[in-house]
Amino acid sequence: MSDPTPDALEPRPDGGPRADAFIDGQWHRLHPATPFLRGGLGVVAVAAVIVANLREQLLRFLFPENFCDADREICFPDDPLVELANSGNLVLVLLAAAAILVVVVGAFWLSWRMHAFRITDDVLEVKSGILFRTHRQGRLDRIQGINVTRPLLARIFGAARLEVTVAGQDANIQLAYLGGATADALRREVLRLASGARAVPSAEATAAAVASGSTSLIDRRIGELTAPELDPDLAAPASVVRMSPGRLVASTLLSGALIWLLAPIVAVAIVLGSTSAGADVWVAAPVLVVSVLPAAIGAVSFMVNRVVKSLRFSIAATPDGIRVGYGLLSTTNETLPPGRVHSISVSQSLFWRPFDWWEVKVNRAGQSTSQGASGRQNTTILPVGTRDDAFRVLELIVPALEHDELRALVSEGLGRGAADDGYTSSPRRAAVLRWFSWRRNGFALSEAAVLLRRGAIWRELVIIPAARVQSTSVRQGPLLRSLALASVHVHTVAGPVSTQIGALDRGRAEQLFQDAARVSVRAGVADRSDHWGSPDIAEESPS
Amino acid sequence: MSTTPPVDAREPGLDPASADWQRVSPTYIVVDLVSNALGMLIVVIATTVSAVVFGPELPLLWLLPAGFLVILIVVCALTPRRVRSIGYLLRDDDLLFRRGILFQRLVAVPYGRMQLVDITRGPIARAAGLAELRLVTAAAATGVLIPGLPLDEAERLRDHLVVLAESRRAGL
Repeated sequence: MSDPTPDALEPRPDGGPRADAFIDGQWHRLHPATPFLRGGLGVVAVAAVIVANLREQLLRFLFPENFCDADREICFPDDPLVELANSGNLVLVLLAAAAILVVVVGAFWLSWRMHAFRITDDVLEVKSGILFRTHRQGRLDRIQGINVTRPLLARIFGAARLEVTVAGQDANIQLAYLGGATADALRREVLRLASGARAVPSAEATAAAVASGSTSLIDRRIGELTAPELDPDLAAPASVVRMSPGRLVASTLLSGALIWLLAPIVAVAIVLGSTSAGADVWVAAPVLVVSVLPAAIGAVSFMVNRVVKSLRFSIAATPDGIRVGYGLLSTTNETLPPGRVHSISVSQSLFWRPFDWWEVKVNRAGQSTSQGASGRQNTTILPVGTRDDAFRVLELIVPALEHDELRALVSEGLGRGAADDGYTSSPRRAAVLRWFSWRRNGFALSEAAVLLRRGAIWRELVIIPAARVQSTSVRQGPLLRSLALASVHVHTVAGPVSTQIGALDRGRAEQLFQDAARVSVRAGVADRSDHWGSPDIAEESPS
Repeated sequence: MSTTPPVDAREPGLDPASADWQRVSPTYIVVDLVSNALGMLIVVIATTVSAVVFGPELPLLWLLPAGFLVILIVVCALTPRRVRSIGYLLRDDDLLFRRGILFQRLVAVPYGRMQLVDITRGPIARAAGLAELRLVTAAAATGVLIPGLPLDEAERLRDHLVVLAESRRAGL
C-alpha cells in the first residue's frame, strides 16, 4: 500500500505534458475530475433532481416573506421540509447534510488518491480501490490495441479514457480518466515501448506538443472539442476514406434494419387489405400505427445511432498501426498496432450491390469493452465504403496486398465468381447445399493469406493473414460424406468473422487443409510484428 | 476448377492415409465404455423400475427402458471403432489430430501456436492409468483433446510439446 508519489503531470495550463513524463517507472495519478466523470451523468442527474425539487423550498427559505402562498394563505404544512424549517432543527439537518457531503467527497478524493498507474519497460500497471485493492499488469508486447475514448461529458472537461486492449478475455486495462493531452502522450509512449523501438521521440514532436499547449486553457478546450484527432505529435494522418453523409444515410437505409421496418408495415397492410376493415381508413390507421410502432422505433433508433456514430469516421495509417476514429459528440479513437488483426471480412448485402458498397470487419485477440462512446463492438473497421475505399482500408491491414498476385485474388474475391479466377470453388454437386452460391463458394491461397469466398446473395470475402492462423481443421459429417464434400475451418481468435468454408470437394478440402497448415507455419516463423518497431525490421514495417 | 470435379477412387471419407497415426491406448476402450455406459445404465435401471411398478396399468412404459437399452448397445458397439479412430501424429512443424467415424475431424496445430498443454485425469481414467492431453491455442475453436494416453506417455508428450512450442514461439 505504498503511497503514490505525487506528480505534476496532469494538464497544466502552461504546456502539454512531456512525452517521456510517464515512463519513469513512477506511479502517476489520473485526472482529478475522475470520480465525478465516472459517476458521470448520474451525479448530474441526481443533482438536477434535487435542485429541481428543492427550488421552491430554497426560495421560500431565502425569502421568508414569500413563505406562504400570498393568495390562498396556504403554508404547505404537510411538507416535511417546511415542518423542519418551522421546528428550528434546520441547522442540525444542514450540518448532517454537510457531514455526509464531506464524507462522500472525501471518499471520492481517497479513491482518486489510491488509483494510480505506472509504465515500466515491459508492463503497464494499474492499482485501485480503497477496501478491495486491485492490481493489474499488462505486458506491453501483448497489446492488441489502444483506445482513446472521449465521452461528451469528459470532453467538456478535457478528459479522456484510455483503454489498453490486451489479448485475453476481460484482460483490458482502463485508465479513466486522463487529461486529453496526457492520454495522447501516454498512447504514444506505450506504443513506442511496445514496438520495441528504444529511441526517444524526435525533438520536433516534443516541441510541437509543447507549442500546442502554449495557448490559453479556454482556447485549448475549444481546440480539443473541434479537432477531429487530438494528436499534436503526429502530423495528423489523413484519413484514407471520406465518409460522405449521403452514402452513410443511404447505406444505413438499405441495410437489414430497413427490412425490420418495412416487413411489419407490409404485413399489417396485407392483413388490413384482405379484411373489410381495410376499407375504413379510420379503423386501419390506428391498427397500423399500434402494430408497427415498436419495431419502427427500434429500427429508426438503430439507424440514427449508426449514422451519428459513423459520421466522423476516419481511418489512417500511423507509424504505430492503423488508427480508427468514430463518433460525433462522444468520440473513440483506436490504434491497432501492425499484425493485430486476425481475420478480415469484406461483405456486401444484396441492396448494396448496385452501388458497390462494402463493409469491412475484423477479428481481434482483445475485444475493447468500451461501450461508452462507440456503443458497438469496435470490430467494424469500415462501416460502408466503395470498392476503392475497401481496398485502401485492406492495404492498411494487410501490407502484403501490395503484391499484385494477392491484389488480383482479393479483387476476384469481391466479384461474382467465375470458373478460372484463381479460386477453387465448390463442385456442381454442392449445389444441393449451396443453392445459389456454389459457384462463388471457394477458397484461394497465397503465401501471405488464406482467402475464403462465400455467399451469392450476401457476398463475403474473408482474408486470414497466414501469420495469424492458429490451427486448421477439416471436417466431414454423414451428409457431406454422401456428397464427397468436406468443410475446412481455419482457426483464428473468436470474433464476428467466421473463418469456415463448407461444401468443398473432399480432395480440394484436404489440399487446402495441408497447404494452409504449411503456409501458416512458414508465415508464423517469419512474422515479426509483435515488436513492429524494433530496429532490425524497421525498414520492412508497414507504415 | 469447379468445372472438372476430380474423380476420386477412394471411398468418400477423409483419410490422409499415408500418415502412420499414433493410436491411443486400447485400454481407453474400456474407460470410454464404462464412462459412457454408467450414466446410461442408471437411466435404463430407473426406467425399468418405474415400468415394473406401473407396468400393469401402462404397458407402453416398457418402451422407455427398451429404447434406452438399444441406444446403450449401439453406443457400446461403436465405442471400439470410435476409439480406434482417434489418432495423433507429430509432424515436423505441427501436430496432427484426428477423431470420429461418422463426424470426422482432422486438426493441424503448429507447435509455435500452442499456448498451453494440459494433462487432466478423470477417476475412471486414473484407475486405468490413463490421462488426457489438451492443447490450447489463442483460437477457442482449435479444441484438440487427446484422450487415453498412458500417464508416462502423456507426460513425455507434454514435455516434448512444451519444448517444441518454446523453440518455435510466435506471437499471437
